[in-house]
Amino acid sequence: MHLPISDKIELNILHQNSHQAEKNKVKFNNYNLLCLNIMSSPGAGKTRLLEITLEDLSKKFHSAVLEGDMTTNLDAERLEKLNIPVVPITTGRACHLDANMVSGGLKLLEKKINPDLLDILLVENVGNLVCPAEFDIGEHFKVALLSITEGEDKPLKYPIMFREADLILVTKVDLLPHLNFDINELKSNIASTNPKADVIEISSITKSGFDLWQGWISKKILKFKNN
Amino acid sequence: MHEVDMTKCLILSMEEWAEKKNKKKIVVEKINLKIGEFTCVEPISLINTFNAAVLDSWLDSSEITIETIPFEGKCSKCNRLYFPKKENGYKSPCCNFNLEEIISGRELKIASIDFKEK
Repeated sequence: MHLPISDKIELNILHQNSHQAEKNKVKFNNYNLLCLNIMSSPGAGKTRLLEITLEDLSKKFHSAVLEGDMTTNLDAERLEKLNIPVVPITTGRACHLDANMVSGGLKLLEKKINPDLLDILLVENVGNLVCPAEFDIGEHFKVALLSITEGEDKPLKYPIMFREADLILVTKVDLLPHLNFDINELKSNIASTNPKADVIEISSITKSGFDLWQGWISKKILKFKNN
Repeated sequence: MHEVDMTKCLILSMEEWAEKKNKKKIVVEKINLKIGEFTCVEPISLINTFNAAVLDSWLDSSEITIETIPFEGKCSKCNRLYFPKKENGYKSPCCNFNLEEIISGRELKIASIDFKEK
């Protein structure tokens, strides 16, 4: 045996994921396809949000969905009813989508439709406020949902998710009159964690806030297409 | 749970590194990581997961060491560095400003690898 050698490599542990995420992003850019990574805890309303969003959005923009789910295709089946291309990605025991899974999903999507014809790809991540925040998938923007039934403190308890988000959708705000929930405290906690994030209050029951959300998406698509 | 996936990524990175070194001719003694406090990684869980994952593999005799990198922010009003605290909403203690700039704490790195040639 020789003497020990120390190789100082200073390499990101997740560099293989980051490398694949970069490759995904190049593909999205080549297709001129804006990609949003939609994340939240389970039950915050991601799938319902997408159902309502896509009813209108798909009239203006060619849209597709990659639907991450741990064990079922239930959410994908709901979205397929909207007659848009949907690719389910079942992650098994993994509690998040990674860049390789999204790359695989994109290959399956390419068999369904020429992505050159698409304007926006919505990726519904697995319901989890921890892991998806660390694994880039090549998205252009991260959108985090937080339902008011989860409590005002969640941005402080799961700071990385809310720090990483470009937009935070506060969902289920129609329940405000029925809950002991301080929306200002939530906004203050979001601002503490991520003062630069856009915040929209939204309800899938009353549809309040959907005009702002749809406007946010439209603006991002148009800006992306013009770049 | 995500430590399992972090471990997978770590092992893949080690495989990639070892290919350049001729894996059969080296013994890895230590993998020295730098993990920031403002990440989703629990160091002990990562070590335990790694130890279980490399049993009977070429990394079986290797050990993980973790240097924790403090979570440090910069006050956007007075530029002072500070250690953000959850209890204080991550605000700067000097000016009570929201956390805008993170100086350190997001690291997830393999800093160095100690190995011997057989």
